[in-house]
Amino acid sequence: MTEFNYKTCTGCSLICEDILFPDAVSGSFSHAKNLCRKGQAHYKALFSERAEPLVEGSEVSLDQAIEKAAEILRKARAPVIYGWSNCTLEAQEAGLALAAKIGAFVDDPSSYCEGQLMERILSGKIPSCTLDDVRNFADTTIFWGSDPSSTQPRHLSRFSYFPRGEKRQKSYEEERTCIVVDVRESPTAKLCPNTTYRVMPGEDLQFLEAVLAVLEGKIPRFGDKKKMIELGSIIKKTEYGVIFPGPAMLDSLRDQMDRFEELVRRLNEVTTFKVVPMTGQYNSRGFSQLLFDRTGRVKGVRFAASGEAAAEAPSLVEAVKGADGILVLGSDPLLDLPIGLARAFAAAPIIAIDPRLSLTADVARVVIPSAISGLETGGTALRTDGVKVTFEPSIKSDHLADEQILTRIMEEI
Amino acid sequence: MVSAMEIYMLLPKTNCKKCGLPTCMAFAVGLLGREKKLEECTPLFEEKKYEAKLAKLKDIVAPLESASETGLIIHPEKCFGCGNCVIACPVNVAAEPTRCGAGLGPEGDRVILRVEDGVVVANNLQECRRFGPNRVLCNACTATCPSKAIEFV
Repeated sequence: MTEFNYKTCTGCSLICEDILFPDAVSGSFSHAKNLCRKGQAHYKALFSERAEPLVEGSEVSLDQAIEKAAEILRKARAPVIYGWSNCTLEAQEAGLALAAKIGAFVDDPSSYCEGQLMERILSGKIPSCTLDDVRNFADTTIFWGSDPSSTQPRHLSRFSYFPRGEKRQKSYEEERTCIVVDVRESPTAKLCPNTTYRVMPGEDLQFLEAVLAVLEGKIPRFGDKKKMIELGSIIKKTEYGVIFPGPAMLDSLRDQMDRFEELVRRLNEVTTFKVVPMTGQYNSRGFSQLLFDRTGRVKGVRFAASGEAAAEAPSLVEAVKGADGILVLGSDPLLDLPIGLARAFAAAPIIAIDPRLSLTADVARVVIPSAISGLETGGTALRTDGVKVTFEPSIKSDHLADEQILTRIMEEI
Repeated sequence: MVSAMEIYMLLPKTNCKKCGLPTCMAFAVGLLGREKKLEECTPLFEEKKYEAKLAKLKDIVAPLESASETGLIIHPEKCFGCGNCVIACPVNVAAEPTRCGAGLGPEGDRVILRVEDGVVVANNLQECRRFGPNRVLCNACTATCPSKAIEFV
């Protein structure tokens, strides 16, 4: 039997490890097997939209770009390091060391996505499990405000609905039930039209209260009562249920996350229910975990000059507005963030470390091209459920990895 | 996908039996099953009054030509490579139980459906349950497609 050389995709937070590049050479690949469209685009864009080292819009050598970046950060009195979620754990550690050295404010996109949930999961307030447990044991999966078909295309086929597992040999339709709670008929909802629950934007709390009411045996005051009671009976029959809350649901609940905690506690009185977050970028969980281990918080940390995390930290908006040097690492804040915040970013001097051209790289004062992790460099990362994945590079490249660039900036400073 | 009724509506509806079948409806079904060719309906081509209908028929029958032996049509522009069909296909699972059965992508060449360069491609169609005269009307791959990128004629 032939040995297959499996590679890893860093296109989304599932970090698929079964990718085959039969004819990968330096600078290109073709006929990639098992790579979904998102992963394919993530890697292919590299060959058409590669970033070049730039300072103030003019091409320079890599050394000059790094020197300039170090100069900006050295002079900065309120530096910010933002991004983190698209780089390896090694790069994140190097970045945190740099942040501690220059006393920077650090934050990642999770403040606007799954931060609240992640904090509760990491501190053990909400029970969680790995995606392999989901594949082996789960018989009810609830996608609440998330649409894995669009965000993590292989979620359903690798873990949550279609594969056979240890206790779920018959798998979908017979032994697994997929429930979708969403504001629109998403591609995932099309797979289970009978168990799709439509809520209007902002109505997630009412839906949550209705589920609690159904579990108490009361008549729900929300939506189609018959359908809600059906949902209650599905939950009561469940042996091992998993909820995948997406950004839409978290954004809708906002300050009422305690009610969600209450729901999960109540569900666990009925049967086993776990919660697995749906992070966006591939190592978002890694950074949350790293920061949580170090400071006890998952977002918005300011390091004091002594290298210790300060107890009080400003919000991202305040930090960015007062920043005189922003290092953006593995993220594209101008694309992702709300317009007001994106404008604040655009007004500040940005140093972008990015393998590809992006909106942020377009306005950045200094652009430092890096190697794309997964394809050109190896490393480790945490999958969305917290499982550590180690990967090797697939093709050769002359570009420096994120952690090498950060180490060099630190040496220059 | 076009239905037999839509094809029937564009046929002469005279039941002239020139194609060898007893009714025009039977010919429409035959056309859809790719057992009959449009040219076999001679009145369509010979009589001028059918010209407009013939042009429409040619349009709607054209996609059937691109279907494979099992009637499978893939729209690569709609596919996002989620691999649901790869995992759901019973032949794939039988060929690689430890991989397709457990949600991983296939590694060998014995599978029917696999994802390559971000979209699904079909191979080994003779293994499909829809192949040949004793076919089973299995729809595991099309029913699990969230974007309707694959369909059967």
